[in-house]
Amino acid sequence: MITQLSAAELAKKIASKEISCAEALDAHLDRIEKLDEQYGCFLAVDRERAYEDAKSAQAIVDRGEAGPLTGVPLAVKDNISTDGIETTCASKILKGYIPPFDATVVTKSKAAGMVILGKTNLDEFAMGTSTENSAYKITRNPWDTTRAPGGSSGGSAACVSAELAPLALGSDTGGSIRQPASLCGIVGFKPTYGRCSRYGLVAFGSSLDQIGPLTRTVEDAALLAEVTSGHDPMDSTSIEMAPISSANLKNGSLKGLKAALPKELFADAINSGVRAQIESAIEVLKNEGVEFTEVSIPSIEYGVTTYYIIAPAEASSNLARFDGIRYGPRSEGKGHINVVERTRAEGFGHEVKARIMIGTYALSAGYYDAFYLRAQQVRALMKQEFDKVYAEYDFILSPTSPVTAFKLGELVDDPLALKLLDFCTIPANMGGMPGISLNCGLAEGLPVGLQLLGAPLQDEKLLQIAYGVEQSLPNATQRPQIP
Amino acid sequence: MSISLDEVRHVAKLARLELDETEILSLQGELNALLGHFADIQGIDVSGVAPTSHAVSLQNVWSEDAVGPCLPREKALKNSAMSKAGLFVVPQIIED
Repeated sequence: MITQLSAAELAKKIASKEISCAEALDAHLDRIEKLDEQYGCFLAVDRERAYEDAKSAQAIVDRGEAGPLTGVPLAVKDNISTDGIETTCASKILKGYIPPFDATVVTKSKAAGMVILGKTNLDEFAMGTSTENSAYKITRNPWDTTRAPGGSSGGSAACVSAELAPLALGSDTGGSIRQPASLCGIVGFKPTYGRCSRYGLVAFGSSLDQIGPLTRTVEDAALLAEVTSGHDPMDSTSIEMAPISSANLKNGSLKGLKAALPKELFADAINSGVRAQIESAIEVLKNEGVEFTEVSIPSIEYGVTTYYIIAPAEASSNLARFDGIRYGPRSEGKGHINVVERTRAEGFGHEVKARIMIGTYALSAGYYDAFYLRAQQVRALMKQEFDKVYAEYDFILSPTSPVTAFKLGELVDDPLALKLLDFCTIPANMGGMPGISLNCGLAEGLPVGLQLLGAPLQDEKLLQIAYGVEQSLPNATQRPQIP
Repeated sequence: MSISLDEVRHVAKLARLELDETEILSLQGELNALLGHFADIQGIDVSGVAPTSHAVSLQNVWSEDAVGPCLPREKALKNSAMSKAGLFVVPQIIED
């Protein structure tokens, strides 16, 4: 079945003309039509545009110029701008907004002959870890539809897991690619900050946000990272380096690699089922010749706190642009300020308001030094501690999430408990380093994600290690029972 | 460390959010819960540590001062709730 193929396999069949680009698209659109009512992954699907993309892709194939992802349908998280396709960030404040431009990652994907399938659901403005903060719909975990897919890239993770799309783009500010990938049993990769352009990504925490792939295999993640990364003059934080190369992905060996296990990422909060799966993965990797050493990175303990100062502070500033004047619905009111206050009150959901409030408070007069400045100093300390570990070790291994997929509604009234779940993923955003989550087994029938972290700019090396790990783990690519 | 209802109202004003009393009360609770955690980092010794915001520090990122293509006016205005004569219509800013 076409939809069961990995993106790499599908692209090969397209390049050899065994499958046409239109057939590949048909198969996925049919499946979305049949199943997405149940899973709720997509906010928008533009069939007409997708067929136009498929036609351009087929022309590339017919010229004999097909690349490693030409003709492959791609789902895009709805906080990434797509020219002509509604982009809402799952917020009412952007209802009806049609971007007049493509994000750089979308431009690059199209140039590589990829076909934009549709826009996926998320927590409003990517603020959340369950996708339940969407103003539009609930997304369900394909492993158990009574459970959340994780978040904030929940729609992207669920659609790839349920084989409604071969691969998807997400964004990761504190774990929003890796955590839903973990809960949905797929691969989620956050590149080094600055390797993928943020131009056209609706900004949340500008010093933390990074776009990256959600896929069913490490190879697909490497291929999509290669297509979408590279220096972009439109993003001044973009690093002047060549795109992330997949050329040596399969040429590595795990033998003799040194891995660090930070004890702070194996804290008591890790659920026992998760811990058991991670420990058995470590045993498998030991047999492959990886040397493991327990280390301590004390500042990890402050990660969540630091994150919940920095991210809302940056968000409160970034979200100031949503005032109903240039885009989005505008509320009635008396005078400019009142119109803006009402537009924002009616347009933003509760969690977004809460984060704008905490960020505004943290940046306000008298508190800046105690909160934001201090948080950036703690962040620097954290980075120093990680750099020391990377000087001695090839990678860091930990669980991605302390828990498996939780029930929908279970944590929705406990925003603090949800925030505390991010402690394993946040350090990668704080230090800007690359991180990847891959499935390592099941705990009570639900997928457990294994997280690998690498030194900043060592994206290729991290992907190579992840590929080796995936090949060694017997359960890495198991799929949920789906129709 | 805790935040009073009046402070919540003041911050809402700064953030341009018109909140009703129920929201103000609930946000006060949520903010105080988070502020409790903020206290965790107050005791850390950060003397002499320069704040960081980027994994790979970039300096002096310049772009050419050259005229490039820009968004056509009608495309820029297309998403606005109110526009007229090629301009965004804004609510009255200076009162009579």
